[in-house]
Amino acid sequence: MTVLKSSIKSGSDDYSRNAAVMTALVADLREKVAKISLGGDERARRKHIERGKLLTRERIRQLLDVGSPFLELSQFAAYGMYDNEAPAAGIVTGIGRIKGQECMIVANDPTVKGGCYFPLTVKKHLRAQDIARENNLPCIYLVESGGVNLPRQEEVFPDRDHFGRIFYNQATLSGRGIPQIAVVLGSCTAGGAYVPAMSGESIIVKNQGTIFLAGPPLVKAAIGEVVSAEDLGGADIHCRTSGVTDHYAVDDAHALAIARRCVGNLNRVKRPLLAMREPLEPLYDPAELYGVIPSDTRKPYDVREVIARIVDGSEFDEFKQLYGTTLVCGFAHIWGYPVGIVANNGILFSESALKGAHFIELCSQRGIPLIFLQNITGFMVGSKYEAGGIAKDGAKMVTAVACAAVPKFTVIIGGSFGAGNYGMCGRAFSPRFLWIWPNARISVMGGEQAASVLAQVKRDGMEARGESWSPEEEHAFKAPVRELYDTQGHPYYASARLWDDGIIDPADTRMVLGLGISASCNAPPEKTEFGVFRM
Amino acid sequence: MFDTILIANRGEIACRVIRTARKLGIRTVSVYSDADAGALHVALADEAYHIGPAPARESYLRAEAILEVAARSGSQAIHPGYGFLSENAEFAEACGKAGIVFIGPPVAAIRAMGSKSAAKRIMEGAAVPLVPGYHGEDQDPALLQGGADRIGYPVLIKATAGGGGKGMRVVWDAPSFADALAAAKREALSGFGDDRVLLEKYLTRPRHVEIQVFADARGNAVHLFERDCSIQRRHQKVLEEAPAPGMDEGLRMKMGDAAVAAARAIGYVGAGTVEFLLDEDGSFYFMEMNTRLQVEHPVTEMITGQDLVEWQLLVAAGGELPCVQHELAIGGHAIEARIYAEDPSRDFLPSIGDLTHLRTPQESAHVRIDTGVRQGDGVSIHYDPMIAKLIVWDATRAGALRRLRSALAEYQVVGVTTNIGFLAAVASHPAFAAGDLDTGFIERHRAALFPEAVPASDQVLALACLDVLLCRAAEAERAAAGSGDCWSPWHLTTGWQMNGDSHQVLTFGDNESAVCVTAHYRPSGYLLDLPGGQLLTRGQLDGEGDLLADLGGARVKATVVRHGCDLTIVTHGGSHRLTLHDPLAHAGEQEVEGGRLTAPMPGKIVALLVEPGTRVERGTPLVILEAMKMEHTITAPRDGVVAEIHFAAGAVVNEGAELLAFASDEVSG
Repeated sequence: MTVLKSSIKSGSDDYSRNAAVMTALVADLREKVAKISLGGDERARRKHIERGKLLTRERIRQLLDVGSPFLELSQFAAYGMYDNEAPAAGIVTGIGRIKGQECMIVANDPTVKGGCYFPLTVKKHLRAQDIARENNLPCIYLVESGGVNLPRQEEVFPDRDHFGRIFYNQATLSGRGIPQIAVVLGSCTAGGAYVPAMSGESIIVKNQGTIFLAGPPLVKAAIGEVVSAEDLGGADIHCRTSGVTDHYAVDDAHALAIARRCVGNLNRVKRPLLAMREPLEPLYDPAELYGVIPSDTRKPYDVREVIARIVDGSEFDEFKQLYGTTLVCGFAHIWGYPVGIVANNGILFSESALKGAHFIELCSQRGIPLIFLQNITGFMVGSKYEAGGIAKDGAKMVTAVACAAVPKFTVIIGGSFGAGNYGMCGRAFSPRFLWIWPNARISVMGGEQAASVLAQVKRDGMEARGESWSPEEEHAFKAPVRELYDTQGHPYYASARLWDDGIIDPADTRMVLGLGISASCNAPPEKTEFGVFRM
Repeated sequence: MFDTILIANRGEIACRVIRTARKLGIRTVSVYSDADAGALHVALADEAYHIGPAPARESYLRAEAILEVAARSGSQAIHPGYGFLSENAEFAEACGKAGIVFIGPPVAAIRAMGSKSAAKRIMEGAAVPLVPGYHGEDQDPALLQGGADRIGYPVLIKATAGGGGKGMRVVWDAPSFADALAAAKREALSGFGDDRVLLEKYLTRPRHVEIQVFADARGNAVHLFERDCSIQRRHQKVLEEAPAPGMDEGLRMKMGDAAVAAARAIGYVGAGTVEFLLDEDGSFYFMEMNTRLQVEHPVTEMITGQDLVEWQLLVAAGGELPCVQHELAIGGHAIEARIYAEDPSRDFLPSIGDLTHLRTPQESAHVRIDTGVRQGDGVSIHYDPMIAKLIVWDATRAGALRRLRSALAEYQVVGVTTNIGFLAAVASHPAFAAGDLDTGFIERHRAALFPEAVPASDQVLALACLDVLLCRAAEAERAAAGSGDCWSPWHLTTGWQMNGDSHQVLTFGDNESAVCVTAHYRPSGYLLDLPGGQLLTRGQLDGEGDLLADLGGARVKATVVRHGCDLTIVTHGGSHRLTLHDPLAHAGEQEVEGGRLTAPMPGKIVALLVEPGTRVERGTPLVILEAMKMEHTITAPRDGVVAEIHFAAGAVVNEGAELLAFASDEVSG
């Protein structure tokens, strides 16, 4: 294979300036994650611990194999939303290893508003189940939730992708042979009762876990029966009498150990159908990415510098190197897995789009996972390009991306604007995972362009009505638009709404992709069937 | 010399005899019980024969079975070792009748020394000093007072029929004798129905000094100097050494001559030991004579350069003693420590189990180990729980003592509790180093020798954590190699997680308490939160199972022996046991919940096996219920007390009927 040669000078001023900016971004990211990872406020956490329970992330640690990675998803869910009362949207999801098998963990955080479901809690839960479905991962639910957040029920309860979808997913996931295991560590009331009930195996902790369709207050109101929560739906009732749960645990640690035992009895074998080879570290330290990525996002740079810091041995066999050069395509290995890389190196022209479509077809035919490195302002505009059919060439690439059934992984490493987002496998194109770097921006177009377009439209209208618009007025008009785009295009804003699966440290890109590709190998390969390519 | 000998023993002494026999080109025959089928003495011998079940009286004490094996195997002589049949005159006699040489003294000598009172009479006749005393029938108080005065105070009054300290009094001076006598007689009468007493000189700080003697059938007899065996607990020797500290040449000669005289007095042949009590003033008194090879014979071998088993074989074959007295000399100093599977903190209760890990110090000219077990062997209830004898030698006592301490520190035994720590405590005691020995040593220094159980040190905890984490990492590596996705980053055990650092909480049981250690994953190792502060650690497991650790810059080599969740952390000079918390250890507790015991199906109560108030252990049968033509036993779900029984025997009960109420055992702590 061809080894990429970096032309980055790590002693340069540019490099240090870039590195300083990225270091600050990553430090801010880690600091925010550390705060989010605490869960609810101190009082709630203390109360939780005083009841002899483990905090959510500690539960997950005890559930997973010692020292094994935890690929947490959507850490920024609901960040800056709901009056900042729902860190991580009150639910921790992620892929972790149990008894040597990758599993999807979905864990309510009862220290966050009693583990109740906000709209984004539902979205995060469903996203985790989608990932489990696509990658054929057993689901372990660590349940302790008060159910739907009542004041927000209209955004949580009724729609297709709302609360009920959780149970629909459990049934249909189970139907596809994906094990569903629930650990009841706290209350599972009303709808929540269905999580263990819909599971293939369930575990409950005595004097702690409860499951009932209606809690003691509702029972008293409805039929006048006075009963304690434990007698109504505690471990003894459900393990001895109702059969709603299968395993009886004395505390969190015991319950989690039983869950591990359950996973150990799943009888699943992972058979990756990829020609793997022994992994090699990249020749260039991934940490150098900090210095490689320009601090000014508008400044162009060679995306091969990024590829050289992600792939095995910095080896990259480029495809059509001399054609459509604003899109870099080629074959490489990540953690020993063969991958096809599609990376932006400038604006997309017809040739770049055709090259991309061709390369995606090759990877689909060969069953090679695709990695999209997104840094795109969009497709080229102007009469020459419209006349040249850039719309149909862009459509070919979008068709290829949409239909390719090999596992797709997208990392937004810079700008993600306009149709470029679609052609480069944005969220709507269902990559298995979509990660975003802290320096990235995402919106339909750049803030400046949006402000200019809106100003132009307004000016045209005013001028048509014979009104005049001073440059000062135009400036005052454009500023808030720019600001809005800047805010909404920020990774924290994006990730809060689950437009991606999480913000990652650029230096972790190789690891995150390796874990993702390996996880995707749990699912059998699918056959690609392309739609009509407009010629 | 013999061509073939049978060793009618087991364990280290059987192995010891085989070693010398092999050296002399003699074929060896072992015998073994069910429990010893895989034992070392069986493996070492040229031939081995099964002689019965594990209990000694059904195997190693079965004279006829052993003689039968001797005949079958063509053995010309039997070495009895020590214990078992070694001082059994009938057996020696039977050997003679069967035409097989008993490697030991003549039957008459065994008989003579077998009875303590007879032995004393013989010794008195041979002018061997005895503890002054009065053993007469005349119990006139004035006569007894006179006897006491003649013996010299302090004097011990003992009930003739007595034992266990009852009816025993130490009298320190003449005026208090009468009262003490009266009290002793009262106690003796009420305790044994017999108020007769005897008097003996009371030695305040006696030492146990014994002389090794050897005689051949041609009238030669020598002694091989003394051994000091004063370090004893309840008449069980713990440490033995030769020569005796502080022994002067004159006394040695006197004691040696007395011992040889004793041997000659009974026409002794072979190896024997004459045990004396040595008083502070240098007077010594005959206690008894052991007509066999002693456990502690190696210390004599180490200082004389002689092989006593070889001597035994020579003499038994009718040969002459290899040396005469003046050819024998003392070279250097030797100490023997008896390593036992026993728990010093629980009154030396034998500790039964498997030697899951056993590593001994390197043997050399200075360190000798006589053992009959290997790693993996078991210590059973059937025999003496001795694991090995550790014998050290050096030119001086101080040198030998230093080697003893270091060898004990290197001795690693896991699987059973041992007295190694206790031996090390004795060996390190200043009084022992000063040679200030007497039979009351252990009792007097009890506080220093039985330290309180100490909690695990930070070092021990750090080593345990490292071992757990490194073992998990090694397991993951093995699993990776065997998987279809062998290079996956999911196999990593570096604690990677998204945008943050990870940690693992390890909980250990340490004696009765629990210790939690948080291990933070760091690129350079594990940062541990230990009770004494944070420590950055890393390490690796070598192929031998040893752990090479770096604890904050200090390199430590340790062995961690794991048995399920039990970890024994063995470092130089000590071992500590921790139990890794296993959350699944709660398994089975679910049946324990609730205070009620109900009928599992409709049926008839056949029998009630307990009454209200009965204290029962978990699993104790409580009620027998007959249902569906089967008998079902309802057992106690946990330790506790039966509070109430709701039905009588014969009653017919429905499914779910509460049969009895059970009260929790609320005892805590």
